[in-house]
Amino acid sequence: MGRFAEFVRTATTAGRLVVQPRMGFGELARMRAGLTAVRDCRATTVGTITLDSYTRVGDYASARRALREGADLNGFPLLAHGAGTVRDLLREVSSDGFPVQVRHGSPLPLDLFRVMVAAGVDATEGGPVSYCLPYGRVPLPEAADNWARCCELAAGAREPMHLETFGGCMLGQLCPPSLLVALSVLEALFFHEHGLRSISLSYAQQVHLGQDLEALAALRRLASAHLPGIDWHITLYTYMGVFPRTPIGSYRLVEDSVRLAVHSRTERLIVKTPAEARRIPAIEENAEALEFADAVARKAAADCAVTNCPPPTDTGLLAEARALIEATLELGRTVGSALVAAFARGVLDVPYCLHRDNANAARAVIDERGMLSWARAGGMPVKVRERDAECTSGLTAARLTTMLTHNERRYDREDLVGSLLRGAT
Amino acid sequence: MSLRIVVSSVSSDAHMWNLVYLQLLLEEGGHEVTNLGVCPPDTTVMDACRGADRPDLLVLSTVNGHGHLDGLRLIRALRADPELAALPVVIGGKLGVRGGDAEEGRRLVDAGFDAVFNESEQPAGRTLAAFGDFLARLAEEVAAPEPLVTGAPH
Repeated sequence: MGRFAEFVRTATTAGRLVVQPRMGFGELARMRAGLTAVRDCRATTVGTITLDSYTRVGDYASARRALREGADLNGFPLLAHGAGTVRDLLREVSSDGFPVQVRHGSPLPLDLFRVMVAAGVDATEGGPVSYCLPYGRVPLPEAADNWARCCELAAGAREPMHLETFGGCMLGQLCPPSLLVALSVLEALFFHEHGLRSISLSYAQQVHLGQDLEALAALRRLASAHLPGIDWHITLYTYMGVFPRTPIGSYRLVEDSVRLAVHSRTERLIVKTPAEARRIPAIEENAEALEFADAVARKAAADCAVTNCPPPTDTGLLAEARALIEATLELGRTVGSALVAAFARGVLDVPYCLHRDNANAARAVIDERGMLSWARAGGMPVKVRERDAECTSGLTAARLTTMLTHNERRYDREDLVGSLLRGAT
Repeated sequence: MSLRIVVSSVSSDAHMWNLVYLQLLLEEGGHEVTNLGVCPPDTTVMDACRGADRPDLLVLSTVNGHGHLDGLRLIRALRADPELAALPVVIGGKLGVRGGDAEEGRRLVDAGFDAVFNESEQPAGRTLAAFGDFLARLAEEVAAPEPLVTGAPH
């Protein structure tokens, strides 16, 4: 177990939730200042280096040019800075008490993994499906091959890296939790197959507390069953879809994600910064959001000692996720080939995802209970309620917008009373 | 009159929900949609509009703030290609990072877009209404028979 997982385990034993920002700056000095601020804020934190979008798509020349000319980058250009500089940066700011994860978003990250391994990066994240289908046009088999080589590099490093699946976050919103859970487990199995021994499984907060609790319990059960003898933990993301516009609404949604993490015994939370919906947040805003999350987590844990935790729903989510995993693994000799075959046959099918290797025959809706459910199964072994099947014919552009902005409306109540709450908007 | 429409993002933009939304909206209007998805290289967009695949309209939708750059490069390439020079092409979404820059829209029209629907300039509702009007006019033009040749015998 490397120091990233070691840190998370120690925090969990002490009853603390590990919180982490999404943060990346182009300039070295600013990146250093950002990491230092996260390290020194009043919360149990790990650091993040998020890469810029040129580096993510492999356009290193543009990243170098922007760095040279002092142009604004939306993240840290890992390759433009180079392994030596990154190693020095990490030596300076990180330690056993403050490990750092690199976040990138690339379907073909082999170049990035070479630099990360050379620089001694503690942890990174992604996956052959989750960084391929939503973000570009790279064919899935090519992404799977590339990721296999990345995993082998990371596993063979002098200090083996920790790797987190991004499969629990597909498209940010409107993906039913059973599929998110199945994809997160399948990507973890893929990492394990290629030699990794320290893994975390992600899940993103959706639209219903009870359903999210059921999903996180299912993820924990399936991870225990499928990953015996290796080190793993669960990572939750604050909602990644359309965010509330008011600061109050935003903080309320972040607060609910913290409570969800505490009630589900999730070990690590990626915290959204309220400013993020509109722009790249400042360092101080990141630190404030982390301190807020930490404070809410302590309070929620204390509350749980005297009152009952909210209960998970009981909708058969575990059985459905298990069926998706089993139906996939039957289709190939390796997890990678099984994933490719499952998407080709529509046994896995991310609703609304336009990538050519996704069948895009399945449809999801937010139902009358306020939960995500299937309106059309496509080729997947999932259950469609009769009531939801009727929704498919009525799936209009307006209905889609209503579903995409469901949480925005739920959390932005201050709009209803306008000026009565001055400063709320 | 139903139109054949190609919907696409531009090369640097990985946002997907705007494309899903547009396809639903256009299909509700009775149009036939081919959706090219996110991050298409310029050649992918151009090839999807050639020969037998030629649509009545190409709709580019982008929200990452690079639309004023990626769109400009793409429309120049389209207009420089004899086969695509006259193809009706529009662009919409959040086109710039600054928001509300009318100059950006003018530059795009000057470079050859038939219309620009910039949400950074006005509320989304008004942008959509303007897009609807454009579609209605185009549908009428496509449905209209060839103009009569002056002086031809009746």
